[in-house]
Amino acid sequence: MMRAALAEPLLVERFPIRGGDYEHGGDAAAAIKSIMRQLGISPDVMRRLSIANFEAEMNLVMYADEGWIELQVFPDALRVVVSDRGPGIPDIGLAMQEGWSTATPEMRARGFGAGLGLPNMKRNSDEFDIASTVGVGTTVRYGVHLP
Amino acid sequence: MRLSEIAGVLDCEVVLGAERLDAIDVRDCFAGDLMSDVLRYSHPGALLITGLTSVQSIHTADVADLTAILFVSSKTPAREIVDLARARDIPLLTTSRGMFDVCGVLYRAGLAAAAEA
Repeated sequence: MMRAALAEPLLVERFPIRGGDYEHGGDAAAAIKSIMRQLGISPDVMRRLSIANFEAEMNLVMYADEGWIELQVFPDALRVVVSDRGPGIPDIGLAMQEGWSTATPEMRARGFGAGLGLPNMKRNSDEFDIASTVGVGTTVRYGVHLP
Repeated sequence: MRLSEIAGVLDCEVVLGAERLDAIDVRDCFAGDLMSDVLRYSHPGALLITGLTSVQSIHTADVADLTAILFVSSKTPAREIVDLARARDIPLLTTSRGMFDVCGVLYRAGLAAAAEA
């Protein structure tokens, strides 16, 4: 049987995210977790991808003007694409370092801005890629492999 | 240590999930107000000890598979936060004691830190 690398996803669900919408920051991660539960994904995989999704979602809420999170279900992997229109990241190497943060006091008061968002996403993924253009936006792709 | 015992030693008000506290066995805890720290370092099944009562504390406990949330310093979550926790099946407790105090009491009672390097 062909592996899924070139295959079409079995399921695609896209969740729009509004910048600054803290009240709903986490809803998309919760919705994706619910889908994973229905698909019978193992608790460990579900937890890892949910943590990555929640960090990604909060990054959009905190930094982007608007964006979306898209879940793509493949037979052998769950992949997520997160894309935004926003300020972009001038130095991705710095942003990937644990503890480096440009968070405002408001973001920290809401429990974020520890400088762990992108590293947490990578740490909980089996695949990770990030591309960003300053003044345009950022796209992050990550995924977990299914046993 | 059962969650009901924790509620007892800390004089907690049970905001949500009183009927389940006896059935929940807590072995380790994670204390913090930065949710990224919780997402990075906590173990599944840990008790979250925090002063953050925003909607993100509930989402954090949900995505990280934490067993319950204990709010310190008399922080009380708003109704919509409690509603979200109910939907996620996450018990909520609140205590008048501060975070350092809470951690000291629970540590002395034998609970471990739910943190990994």
